[in-house]
Amino acid sequence: MDTARELDNRNRADDDAAKPLIDVEERSMQDTPYPEKTVGSPFVDAPKMKLRNVNVFYADNQAIHDVSLDIGKNEVISLIGPSGCGKSTFLRSLNRMNDTIDICRVKGELYLDDQDLYDPKLDVVELRARVGMVFQKPNPFPKSIYDNVAYGPRLHGLADKKYDLDEIVENSLRKAGLWTEVKDRLHSPGTGLSGGQQQRLCIARTIAVSPEVVLMDEPCSALDPIATAKIEELIDELSESYTIAIVTHSMQQAARVSHRTAYFHLGRLIEVNDTETVFTKPEHELTEAYITGRFG
Amino acid sequence: MSETTAKVRASLARRYRQEKRFQAYGILSIGVGLLALLILFTDIIGKGHSAFFEHYIKLEVSLDRDVLGIDDVGDQEQLNYANFGGVIKQALRDRFPGVDDRQRQRLLYDLVSSGASYSLRDELKADPALLGGTRELWLLADDDVDLYLKTSQKKRPEARLDDQQKQWIEELEAAGDTDKRFNASFFSHGDSREPELAGIGSAIVGSFFTMIVTLCLSFPIGVAAAIYLEEFAPRNKFTDFIEVNINNLAAVPSIIFGLLGLAIFINLFGLPRSVPLLGGLVLTLMTLPTIIITSRAAIKTVPPSVREGALALGASKMQVVLHHVLPLALPGMLTGSIIGMAQALGETAPLLLIGMVAFIVDIPGGPTDPATVLPVQIYLWADSPEQSFVAMTSAAIMVLLAFLITMNTLAVVLRKRLERRW
Repeated sequence: MDTARELDNRNRADDDAAKPLIDVEERSMQDTPYPEKTVGSPFVDAPKMKLRNVNVFYADNQAIHDVSLDIGKNEVISLIGPSGCGKSTFLRSLNRMNDTIDICRVKGELYLDDQDLYDPKLDVVELRARVGMVFQKPNPFPKSIYDNVAYGPRLHGLADKKYDLDEIVENSLRKAGLWTEVKDRLHSPGTGLSGGQQQRLCIARTIAVSPEVVLMDEPCSALDPIATAKIEELIDELSESYTIAIVTHSMQQAARVSHRTAYFHLGRLIEVNDTETVFTKPEHELTEAYITGRFG
Repeated sequence: MSETTAKVRASLARRYRQEKRFQAYGILSIGVGLLALLILFTDIIGKGHSAFFEHYIKLEVSLDRDVLGIDDVGDQEQLNYANFGGVIKQALRDRFPGVDDRQRQRLLYDLVSSGASYSLRDELKADPALLGGTRELWLLADDDVDLYLKTSQKKRPEARLDDQQKQWIEELEAAGDTDKRFNASFFSHGDSREPELAGIGSAIVGSFFTMIVTLCLSFPIGVAAAIYLEEFAPRNKFTDFIEVNINNLAAVPSIIFGLLGLAIFINLFGLPRSVPLLGGLVLTLMTLPTIIITSRAAIKTVPPSVREGALALGASKMQVVLHHVLPLALPGMLTGSIIGMAQALGETAPLLLIGMVAFIVDIPGGPTDPATVLPVQIYLWADSPEQSFVAMTSAAIMVLLAFLITMNTLAVVLRKRLERRW
């Protein structure tokens, strides 16, 4: 019993010692000035998505400050940064999912190829068919696996015949690496699959409408390591045909799957570089502090 | 033992005692509720069960052509004007000879229901060969006779019947000329001044038409309003105002809706009174808030992730609602509607104000025929002076309760069956 108390005291002493250290750290990070301009190389030649001076507001709160970024064709770009830094908000403005939030306003120039995303004449339905999205929590519809995947194509009338639809479903499930696991139970409910399978089903559902860009908002945060590894492998394969922007909290994941990495900090885009550069020789202090785990 | 453990241990007994006491309170309240229900049911069933049976008296009836005034049974006119009452009276006089003065004769004639002549007519129509012959027939007893036969031997001396009548009835009973049969006319007949002829048939049909009108109006309107408010309406002062007022409407006493129906539907729009169409309209107003509130609650339980998933695939808002929200929320909406309909089925007050309290003998043929509804029929009978109506009131309550229990069970079963988990 005495030893326990001793241990307890020691722990408390450790805590006390640790506290000021963290405080110093945080203060020093807060003092670090934001760069005037995003450092690194935010722009590429012939981008798939061209985003300039993007500002996003929730009522009077500005969540995103002047972000300019290019997303190249067939590249995987990961958006990293501490919680609440606006990565997801930024991602959601790329297919106008923020439209569903009444108080949210997006300003700036956002282009998909030559198409202005916020052109009032643009039909948001058409845009979302071109820019698909996979969410943090797997959200299959409470319908059969087949109907989950066939939902998008049916919606947009992509297949006239049952045969064509079957083919789209099979191809999408194959691409999502799920075909062999579910081909014998296509008509059982999608909600009966495991978490990792559900997320791959959601990816299959997204690519069934052949989007040009796939946005992924922390697709692995609710999954175990094995399921995560499968999804990461999948992202790698998908990058051959799609442009992918992925928000992730795992730096290892960003390092493993992405070609370029963008670091967000409190609504500002601090640094964009090749993934390797970001994780080995970050240009900005804040990026370095984050990837070395000094805060986050 | 450490200090903390000692303190925890000391408090444990007290905590468990509290838990036990709390459980006991819960069990006690449920017990009180069940007891009340038991008393209610025993009382109603105890009073009402006898109304499901009625007594018949066996008489030797001679269907004399001259007394009846019929020579051709196929002639409906002759049948309608035939003196069936006369042959029944004759039969009674034959059964109890020696009743000569008018007063005693009247008492004698009162043993058989005035409705017996109609059943006699129907019987003759079905079998024309009866005409001219003599036949033993079972005739419906008058309600007072019926009541007397239903009372136990011990209580018979106190019964409100003339002593002479009592004597005749005892005589008939001793001879085995009385019979207790299932009261089928209770379910098929309309209201009547004579308890032995009255039934809940017209009230059930009236309730049915009223419910159909209510359902056809309140379900689509309620669901559409709920979907609009939940999925499409902007959040602003105006929608807040609507929301507050829907909740207010749900709390408005139902009689106010009756007044509204009287003022708007009858006086302004000139709808006929006492008809199920009008009753349905008024009950729609009353049920709408319930359906809107429960439907909105059902829509709220649909996870937003499903909506986002569909939106991200390029579904329009309407498609999201039709393909995902509505199917998932439907069980909840149906349950809410059935509960709202059960409420409407038991509603009396607003219907009194729009004239559905009328004395309706005929069974309504459609929503625009004058009708009454079950709870109003109960109210009417509870008000009637004849003693036999006490049992009939309870019997009608039993029928109403049976409908309500069926509807509520259906709501529970539906919810269990259609409930989806995600």
